[in-house]
Amino acid sequence: MSSPRMSTLEILRGLHAARSDEVVITTMSTAREWTELPPHPLDFVYVPSSMGQASALGLGMALSQPTRRIVVCNGDGCTLMNLGSLVSITAAAPKNLVLLVFDNEVYEITGGQGTAAAANRRSDGVSLNYAEIARACGFKQIHVIESYQQWEEQLEQLLTAEGPIFAWLKVAAVPGGAGPRSPGPGPERARSFAAALQAKLPAEGA
Amino acid sequence: MDEHQLYQETEMVQLLDELGITHVVWVPDSTLGLWEAAFLKSPSLHLVNVCREGEAWAVAAGLMLGGAKPLVIIQCTGLFESGDALRNVLHDYQLPLYALVGYRSYLNSSSLPGDSCLVFTEPVLEAWNVATCFIDSAEKKHLFKEHYLQCQQQQQPGVTLLAEGRA
Repeated sequence: MSSPRMSTLEILRGLHAARSDEVVITTMSTAREWTELPPHPLDFVYVPSSMGQASALGLGMALSQPTRRIVVCNGDGCTLMNLGSLVSITAAAPKNLVLLVFDNEVYEITGGQGTAAAANRRSDGVSLNYAEIARACGFKQIHVIESYQQWEEQLEQLLTAEGPIFAWLKVAAVPGGAGPRSPGPGPERARSFAAALQAKLPAEGA
Repeated sequence: MDEHQLYQETEMVQLLDELGITHVVWVPDSTLGLWEAAFLKSPSLHLVNVCREGEAWAVAAGLMLGGAKPLVIIQCTGLFESGDALRNVLHDYQLPLYALVGYRSYLNSSSLPGDSCLVFTEPVLEAWNVATCFIDSAEKKHLFKEHYLQCQQQQQPGVTLLAEGRA
C-alpha cells in the first residue's frame, strides 16, 4: 500500500526554512502556496508565466549566476509542457541548478483535470515515471521523494550537492485550489529581483 | 557556403563581440547554423542550445535577470512557435530581450515555393509589438548593430529580421 501523498505547502515550508541565499522560482500551484509564506528578495514568483518555461528561466539564471543556487519549483503539467528543457538543462549542465517537480498528476489550477502522464489517463493504467524521464534526459543526480521523512533527509543535499539535480516529489492535489496570484506588477518585480540576484553574495564581499 | 548568407561567421562573431553579447541562445536553421563553429570557437560567447524556440526566450530572460547580455537566434518558424514565451517575457515582465530571426525563403523560395513564412512573419512580429529592423541586402547590414544599441538604450525588446535564401 502506498503512503498518502505529501502536501505541497508542507514541502515548501521546509524549503523556506532551510534556504538562505538560494534563488527560489515558483510557478502555478507552488507559487500559490509559496506566497502564503514570508517573501524573500531572491524569490521569483513566476506569475504570470508562460506555462512550462520556469525550468528554462532557471537554466538562464543558473548560467548567468554560477555561484548562486537556483531552485525551480515546477509542476508535473509544466514539466510535460516543456520536456525538452530537461535536455537543454543537462546539455548546459549548470552545477547550481535544482529542479523540483511537484507531481500531483493533475492540472490543479484549472480544476484538477488529469495530465497525459497520470495513470487514469493512460491506456495501460500506469503513471509515467519522471525519474526515468529525467535519467533518459541526462540527469545524473535524481531524487524520488514520497514522504516527509525522505524530504527532510534529502533537503540539505538538494541545497548543497553538485547539480544539475532533478527531484520528483509526489504531492497531493488541492481540490478546488485557487489559481496563483501575482504578488505585484511583473516589470517592477523583475527589476527588484534582478538587483537582488546580481548583488554579490556575502562570501564574495560587498 | 550559402550564396544568400548576408553575414559570414567571423563577421557575426566580431559583431556580437562589439555588442557585448555574452550568450547566444539558439535553435539554428540551415543559414544561421553556418555560424556554429565560429560561435563555439569564440572565447567571449557562450552558446546555449535549446530544444524549441519558446524555451530560448525564457532562458534568455533568466540570463538577463542574472546580468548577462543574451541574444536569441532562431528562424521565423521558431518565432511562430515562440508566441506565449515571448509574450510573457517581453510584455508581462518588459525585459528588453533582442533576437535575430532568420526570414526563411525571403531571398529564394525555390526549395519551398509558396512558403507561407513569407505571408506570416512580418504580421506576426507586428502583432507581438516588437520593434523590428529588416535586413535583406548587404547595404543594410549596419542596421543590426544600430538597432540593437537603440533598443538597449531605450530598454525595449527588438528583433532583427534577416532575409535568408533557400530552406
